[in-house]
Amino acid sequence: MARERRWRSRLDERHRPSPALLVALVLACLTLITLDYRGGSDSPVEPARRAAGEIFGPVETVTANAVRPFTAVPQWFRSQDSMRAELVTLEAENSQLKSDAATQDYNRNRLEEYDGLTAAAHSLGYSLVPARVVGLGPSQSFSRTVTIDAGSAAGLHPDLTVVNNDGLVGRVLRVTRTTATVLLIVDSDSVVGGRVGRSMEVGFLRGRGTLSGDGRLDLELIDETAVPARDDAVVTWGSESGGPYVSGVPIGRVTNVYRSLRETSQRAVIEPFVDFGALDLVGVVVPSGTTSDRSVIEAEGGLR
Amino acid sequence: MTALRAIFGFAAVSLALVLQVSVFPHLAWDGIVPNLCLLIVVAAALTRGPQFAAVLGFVAGVALDLVPPADHVAGRWALALVVVGYVAGRVRQDTKPTATAVVITVAVSSFVGTSIFALSGILLSDPGMAVPDLLEVIVVAVLWDILLTPFVLPPVMAMFRRLEPDRSLI
Repeated sequence: MARERRWRSRLDERHRPSPALLVALVLACLTLITLDYRGGSDSPVEPARRAAGEIFGPVETVTANAVRPFTAVPQWFRSQDSMRAELVTLEAENSQLKSDAATQDYNRNRLEEYDGLTAAAHSLGYSLVPARVVGLGPSQSFSRTVTIDAGSAAGLHPDLTVVNNDGLVGRVLRVTRTTATVLLIVDSDSVVGGRVGRSMEVGFLRGRGTLSGDGRLDLELIDETAVPARDDAVVTWGSESGGPYVSGVPIGRVTNVYRSLRETSQRAVIEPFVDFGALDLVGVVVPSGTTSDRSVIEAEGGLR
Repeated sequence: MTALRAIFGFAAVSLALVLQVSVFPHLAWDGIVPNLCLLIVVAAALTRGPQFAAVLGFVAGVALDLVPPADHVAGRWALALVVVGYVAGRVRQDTKPTATAVVITVAVSSFVGTSIFALSGILLSDPGMAVPDLLEVIVVAVLWDILLTPFVLPPVMAMFRRLEPDRSLI
């Protein structure tokens, strides 16, 4: 009986947590939130983020590599090196054809506007660093970000464009030595300058924060009189220095157009070309001549 | 023994985090994965009480907030999991929890945790999703966590118990 009572009192002690501890923990959380929220992009939490990335990034890479054979069983049977090389070539060819098809209208217009020469030279001046997606942020966090297995050692730095075979994936947010965090264009924080290939009208694409389903991107055209047609391809608009998004990368296709009476612009719903639920191999657009820890895919198709 | 328990807790949270980020996305439904870190915190709460669970919840939450590819305001998951650890620890009865009690605790914890995270996002005016989408995410997350409960909770709870059997009633 006495033994029982002793147990019980210990149990009660353990069950009554010290309020001071709880208050301390909650205050610590609130402090963290405030610091990071007020700090913005150069918040004091950023070094801690980077440190966590340096430690967990390689672990994520190793884990993702370990489970990749099981997640892609059909691919697994052909995963010998020779097969893989063939696959990469075919994928590159396929992506070239696809992006040709998607940017046909855009390219025709560009030629018509006599900016072909400079713009082509400009868009050829880039190379791709290949990388694989090794971590995906949970939907419960309500932000659409992925980790890729290339970092500053591969020549990456924040605000680089990330593409895959099908089109625009996102941009690099922050890098560690071996990994980088990529903000997907479907994230609700993401804004991309877009151009309707057929009419050359420019606008801004905003993510809706969902990975699947209809209408994952909204396009608002600056010119309110312009009405994008269904199935028009939308490509990136791009900025002078090529950052964060280079120009002419296919983004998606117009599926619906809404006219809002109160606002002064058109809102078109865009279905992205990229399947964000099944991201694996991506390429990061880097300036030509970037030194990297892996072979870089050059603009003319060769490896360096 | 306390140090060992802390080390095991940290190791379990780290493993859960890596699995959650790198393995479960392949099985995810619309990007929603089981919140393994939350399950570890609930397991700690059911065996070790609210105090340890709240501390472990803080550690797990900070890890969820910082480890890539996290990009939300840091401290939000930490806050959610501290509350989860505390609430789940208080819910615990003095007897060994039955399977039903464990599942209910997990369901409530998952709902509370994900909701606190979502609400903190709304308070910080993080441009997130519309409320119906939020609810869908929360419901699917709860279902995922319940589904994973029989595989995660028993071994982790057994481990927490074994690490300090003399102070445990069970």
